[in-house]
Amino acid sequence: MSSARNMIALKSILHKEVHRFMRIWVQTLVPPAITISLYFVIFGSLIGSRIGDMGGFDYMSFIVPGLIMMSVITNSYSNVASSFFSAKWQRNVEEMLVAPVPNWVIVAGYVGGGMARGILVGCIVTFIALFFTDIQVHNIWIIIITVSLTSATFALGGLINAIFAGSFDDISIIPTFILTPLTYLGGVFYSISLLPEFWQGVSQINPIVYMVNAFRYGFLGISDVSLTLSFSVLGAFIVTLYVIAMTLITKGIGLRS
Amino acid sequence: MHKALEITGLEKTYKGGFQALKGIDLTVQQGDFFALLGPNGAGKSTTIGVITSLVNKTQGEVKVFGHDIDKELETAKSFLGLVPQEFNFNQFESLMKILVNQAGYYGVERSIAIQRAEKYLKQLELWDKRDDAARMLSGGMKRRLMIARALMHEPQVLILDEPTAGVDIELRRSMWEFLRELNSQGITIILTTHYLEEAEMLCRNIAIIDSGVIVENTDMKSLLAKLDVETIVLDLKEGSAEPKFEEFCYRVIDDHTVEVDVKKSQRINDVFAQLTEQSIDVLSMRNKSNRLEELFISLVGSGANSEKANKSAGGQ
Repeated sequence: MSSARNMIALKSILHKEVHRFMRIWVQTLVPPAITISLYFVIFGSLIGSRIGDMGGFDYMSFIVPGLIMMSVITNSYSNVASSFFSAKWQRNVEEMLVAPVPNWVIVAGYVGGGMARGILVGCIVTFIALFFTDIQVHNIWIIIITVSLTSATFALGGLINAIFAGSFDDISIIPTFILTPLTYLGGVFYSISLLPEFWQGVSQINPIVYMVNAFRYGFLGISDVSLTLSFSVLGAFIVTLYVIAMTLITKGIGLRS
Repeated sequence: MHKALEITGLEKTYKGGFQALKGIDLTVQQGDFFALLGPNGAGKSTTIGVITSLVNKTQGEVKVFGHDIDKELETAKSFLGLVPQEFNFNQFESLMKILVNQAGYYGVERSIAIQRAEKYLKQLELWDKRDDAARMLSGGMKRRLMIARALMHEPQVLILDEPTAGVDIELRRSMWEFLRELNSQGITIILTTHYLEEAEMLCRNIAIIDSGVIVENTDMKSLLAKLDVETIVLDLKEGSAEPKFEEFCYRVIDDHTVEVDVKKSQRINDVFAQLTEQSIDVLSMRNKSNRLEELFISLVGSGANSEKANKSAGGQ
């Protein structure tokens, strides 16, 4: 197809994806807002007030960027995982497979949908955070770039998960057993500089540490790891996951007999 | 006249070793109304799956209007519209959204897609349901929705995999009319069906596939001409004597029904003449089965075995 037609196809997939999560907003947008509000109340206000400063900032200010990032990660991932698997399960993914839609358009459409939900939820959580603390912005561009790259990374991860998934249970295994532990151990609630040296080293193989710290730098101007390294890790993950997703769709793994 | 579809040496072996297609050669000319018949598990849906790229072929070549699916897949796909056997739309989306999105996948502008959706929803009597979720539709409506969806990019070739399965007779006839109309507009139609009457009424050319092999590929007239014997069923007046026929094979079913086999070389007039001689009145007469059905059964006599084999291998 010509590039103009590809753009129409891309817009159609994006439109479908955004319409899907907006139609079921009670399931997609409200729960993360409630969950993160509870984090703010419990960890920020109740416990945080007894913790004192972290990295030179009050605890609430310190955890806000991590909590926003946590909701972005979870929602970008789960949006694509559930939407693409649902399309596989209902077989309406065949609507795209029989059409002259290039594989990169399918990947970009679903990833774009996941990013849209992740970023929208991130904005909602940021708005809620304003009721609990003053949010300062150190560098808006770092915030925008980090949240975009992180949501793209996890949207790609969700897509790969959905391609392999054979049942609805399979799309909850990765978030439960891998994503949640990595997020909690990714420096959302603490600075990894507080950890013993060994665990600091271990933390550095957790990619979420780089995403949370780059994001926190955008707000507070502090980070446990270098920005260059953070963006390199993000870039490497995006390229690797994109290549994997494209290969799987091109070969028709889980999609074609 | 162009070749709308050209299949050469097509083979498909599924994981587990089941060979669904064993070297199929098939050509469908532009503008044709073509039937692909076969028993369950014969390879019809696999063939359609390969053409539409939902199934990866093992070997062979498929060209759509001369475009090889291995080299120009996107161009080849743009000519095709598919009405699959199973419902495969998002059950939670409205009809309008399903159709407009589908057109978008083919690069059709949204404003044009909305106009086309209106046109096809009206033609297929679904306009009143345009804002309903697809899951609210009856089975027949869902089939019509899939036809409308397949037409949204105005394909040159429309492939229908058992489009009238489970559809009542009235609706089936209106769908036949609709398909005839599409064909008269120049759209090549490839149809698989279990209703052999449907194939006989609609299609000009036919291929019969059994156990992954094409066992017959010809035009409908030539195929029907091969039929050597037709069985007619006669309903006799109550209280008639038991009929007897010379030179005809016949079976007395009950005291007022008899089946008579009439060979091509014989005349039905002679059946009636013999009945008149015996003073037996005939109330009505009908064919025991569709003519194509009789041929089909003779050609795929081993179909039941192949179906069992396919099921044990996981089907298609």
